[in-house]
Amino acid sequence: MNNILVLPMLLPIIVGVLLIFLRTYGRIQAWISIAAMVVTAGISFYLLHTVQTDGIFRLDFGGWEPPFGILFVADSFAVLLVLTSSIVTAVCLSYALISTSKELQTMYFYPTVLFLAAGVNGSFLTGDLFNLFVCFEVMLLSSYVLLTLGNSKRQLREAIKYVSINIVSSWFFLVALAFLYGAVGTLNMAHVAERVAEVGQTPLLTTISIIFLTVFSLKAGLLLYFWLPGSYSSPPAVTSALFGALLTKVGIYALFRVFSLIFYHQPEITHTIIGIMAALTLIGGSLGAIAFNDLRSIAAYNVVIAVGFMLVGLAIATPAAIEGSIYYLIHDMVAKALLFLLVGTMITLSGTSKMAGMSGLMKNYPLLGWSFFIAMLSLAGIPPLSGFIGKVLISSAAIDSGSYVLLSLALLSSIFVLYSLLRVFKNCFWGATIVSKEEQLPLRRGVLLPCLALVFLTISIGLGTEGLSPYVTDAAETLLNPGIYIDAVLGIIQ
Amino acid sequence: MESLIIILVGVLTTVAIYLVLSKNVVRIILGTAILSHAVHLLILSMGGLKLGTVPLLGEEAETYVDALPQALILTAIVISFAVTAFVLVLAYRVHQELGTDNVGAMRGSDDE
Repeated sequence: MNNILVLPMLLPIIVGVLLIFLRTYGRIQAWISIAAMVVTAGISFYLLHTVQTDGIFRLDFGGWEPPFGILFVADSFAVLLVLTSSIVTAVCLSYALISTSKELQTMYFYPTVLFLAAGVNGSFLTGDLFNLFVCFEVMLLSSYVLLTLGNSKRQLREAIKYVSINIVSSWFFLVALAFLYGAVGTLNMAHVAERVAEVGQTPLLTTISIIFLTVFSLKAGLLLYFWLPGSYSSPPAVTSALFGALLTKVGIYALFRVFSLIFYHQPEITHTIIGIMAALTLIGGSLGAIAFNDLRSIAAYNVVIAVGFMLVGLAIATPAAIEGSIYYLIHDMVAKALLFLLVGTMITLSGTSKMAGMSGLMKNYPLLGWSFFIAMLSLAGIPPLSGFIGKVLISSAAIDSGSYVLLSLALLSSIFVLYSLLRVFKNCFWGATIVSKEEQLPLRRGVLLPCLALVFLTISIGLGTEGLSPYVTDAAETLLNPGIYIDAVLGIIQ
Repeated sequence: MESLIIILVGVLTTVAIYLVLSKNVVRIILGTAILSHAVHLLILSMGGLKLGTVPLLGEEAETYVDALPQALILTAIVISFAVTAFVLVLAYRVHQELGTDNVGAMRGSDDE
């Protein structure tokens, strides 16, 4: 029964390999890859229910019981994220089916997206730190390819920077793994957690934890986000949406996992650093979001703000804060994909990415305009949309724990999100129409369908919080009580 | 033996950082390749080095070497080769498209 746990990673890889042989058939590739991601989403939904009823379960590869061998572990937190990422990937793929150029379709776009999804799902599910590194690399190599697919000089230029930064951060990851292995002699997350709890978090281990913090911050865009706006704003809309929805979230997941399961014994050092970094990220992201006139840069800086916001929850680390962060993580995957897809559609329609070149889009494309409006409200955290509940929980936790600086920065950043997107909405959708009804580019049939699917998702996450809450509560409980996770991994096999 | 390897790791890292900080793309790529090999040696020495033994644990083994770091760096080497190969191809394309291999000249404006 447990073997099903490998499918969220294995299925995309197998389908991706098969699609390589169908290179010239763009549409067939698209349909097969959408089907694969829908099946993956179905499997992760089933996993989520199983975790609720039977508790955390694991798959030991090759029958090597922990702490020997590598393993996949399914707890609510990981499976929730697998479910969301699979759904978002499926929606982005359907956008690609409708809108992407023929060239992109036949240049291994779909297999690469599937490999990216496999890397992301693998990173969420793995229970071994080295395996986490491997899944990160699967994901990163796919993202390098996706970033360079397309035909602009800007993409190549950004790719060189993005790839160099990520190679260096992978190097830091290996250094941290080497020192951790030298210090505790194991890389199984639960086993490491147990050993660290036994010997206490010595200064050496705290130092190692800070190396891990550096690595994951580079991947998540926490304070070290200087590479992010350039590389997220240059590729085609679909790729940007996938990047904005998935890539930083894996780094955030790793931060949550490592600093709640393993290195939680010295919160006055590690969690304080995380809090300071989150605060600086919020400030930097807010300034970036209002500074630019380029739609894609504005969207990219909104990713940065969201990263800072989620890490405020980890810095506070009370049950309410962690729950809020999980809600916000799920919301942000959906809403960021929606934002990037809408911005991409607007750029295709008006032929420019500058705000100055767009005006009065509302008259010609009302549905697009209102979708953007809902995305904006959702990102700013207006009830009843999905961003609201996460913001409320994190804010109330910040009040309870007396972190007023973080609270005020988090709330101010929401205003900056609202302002930056409202500026886009006002400039691009209202005002006089530049293009007349006859000259307007037709909105290709179905382009808005994926966006509307995401709008529906963000509304239903907001309204259906009640249905989501048992899973999120369970996920937060597992994160805050590492004993549950350790018992599930190192306990007797079911 | 460990101290010798650690010094070697330090030397390799120094060389690699020098190369990575230069402006030429090919030098940066060589730097990243050396950087990853330095960390592979670090992982190997963290697992403990023993002379003249193999990572096999027989029934009556007197000495043996920890096999895990070797398995880890085997994976890491494969990954670093793949990434290096990709970056080399990328650098070639960048040179074709942008006509330069100097990262300082890749700053450029957004309006393309």
